[in-house]
Amino acid sequence: MKKELEAIQSEVIRRSGVNPKKCMRCGKCSGTCPAYDQMEYHPHQFVYMVESGDIEPLLKSDSLYQCLTCFACVDRCPRGVEPAKLVEAVRLQVVRRQGNNHLKTDSIPALIDEDMPQQALVSALRKYSK
Amino acid sequence: MKVSYFPGCTLRTKAKDLDKYARDSALALGVTMEEPDNWQCCGGVFTTSRDEIATKLSSVRALMDAKSKDQILVTVCSACHNVIKQTNHAMQTDEEFASRVNNYIAPENYNGEARVMHYLELLRDEIGFDKVKEKVVNSLSGKKIAAYYGCLLLRPNSVMKMDDPENPSIIEDLITALGGEAVVYPQRNECCGGYIALENPEAAKTRSNTVTASAANAGAEMIVTACPLCKYNLEKNGSEIPVVYFTELLAEALGVK
Ligand code: SF4
Ligand code: SF4
Repeated sequence: MKKELEAIQSEVIRRSGVNPKKCMRCGKCSGTCPAYDQMEYHPHQFVYMVESGDIEPLLKSDSLYQCLTCFACVDRCPRGVEPAKLVEAVRLQVVRRQGNNHLKTDSIPALIDEDMPQQALVSALRKYSK
Repeated sequence: MKVSYFPGCTLRTKAKDLDKYARDSALALGVTMEEPDNWQCCGGVFTTSRDEIATKLSSVRALMDAKSKDQILVTVCSACHNVIKQTNHAMQTDEEFASRVNNYIAPENYNGEARVMHYLELLRDEIGFDKVKEKVVNSLSGKKIAAYYGCLLLRPNSVMKMDDPENPSIIEDLITALGGEAVVYPQRNECCGGYIALENPEAAKTRSNTVTASAANAGAEMIVTACPLCKYNLEKNGSEIPVVYFTELLAEALGVK
C-alpha cells in the first residue's frame, strides 16, 4: 500500500506540474477559496498532504468534488504553488479508475432544470467523470 | 475586418442572445465573425493536468483553423475563452504536452501560433472603446450597471492576460463608453459557484447570493456578464436585479437590437 501511495504521490505531482515544496504554509489559498466551507480538506491541506505523501484521505474525500475551479487560489498564492492543480490531479486519480465516475449520466435528468445551460453539464461531466 | 469566431455549445442553445447580439454588434462595428467548420464543444472547463490530451483537441482544432486563415480567434462565452486560451498557452509553453497533442493531429502541426481574444478584448484592443462610443445611438444614459467578471474571464492571470485580475476595468470601460454608469463592488471577480449547481446547489446559492447582494448594495440596477452559467446561477438563485449579457447591452446602445 505504501508503495502504491508513493507512486500516486509522484504521479499527482508530475501530472499537476506543481511543486508543493514551494509552499510556505501561509494559508492564503484557503482564505480566498469560495468552497472553503464545503471542503473537509482545504487547498493548503491538499498541498502539504500531497507533499508528505498523506494522500489516502484526499482520495476518499468529497472535497475533490467541491472545488469550483475558480483559480482564485492559483492567482492569489504568493508563492505560485497553484493548489487547484493538485486538487484536479488527485481527483483525476480517482475518477479515471473504472467505475469511479462521480457524476453518472443516468442521474443528470434529476439534477437539471430547463434553464440550465449546456455549459454546466459539460463542465460537471469533465470534472466529475471520465 | 474578419475574425474567426468560436461560439461554443451554449451560445447555440440556451444563450442565443449572447451570440446573436455579439454578431450583430460586430457587424455594426465593421467586423465579420466567421465560424470554423465543424467546431466542437470546448468542454466548458480547462483541465489543468498535463496528461489530459484528448479533452483539449477540440480547442486545438479551432485554433488551427484560425491559424490557417490567419485570423484572430474570438470567443464570447467566458468559459470557451478560458479553455481555448489556456489550451493555446499550454501548446506554446509545455513541450511534452504539445508533442502529445501533435501526435493526434499529425501530419499537421500546431504550437500555439494563433491569437485568441475575448470579444471584450476585440472591442478594447482592435476596435477601440472610443470608436464604439462614436457608434452609440441609444445611450444607456447613466444607468447604474455592475460588471460581473466571475472567475473565468480573468484567471489565471498569467495566461488570460486580459486585465488586472484584482481590479479589472474592461467591462466598466465598455459600460462607460455606452453611456452607462459603472458600479464597482467587492464581489465582481469572485465565483458564482459555476458547475457546482449540479453537485451542491446550496453552495451555488450561497455564492450567487453573495455576488448579487454585493452588486445591489453598491447601488447597481443591473448586472452584466459574459457567461451563461453565471447568468443562470445568479438568476436561478433569486437576483433582485436583472442579469443581462454584455452583448445585449452593446446591441441596444448601437441600435441593432
Ligand atoms: S480553484 Fe478550487 S480550491 Fe482553488 S480557490 Fe477555487 S474553489 Fe478553492
Ligand atoms: S497560498 Fe500558496 S504558499 Fe500559501 S499556503 Fe497556499 S499554497 Fe502554500
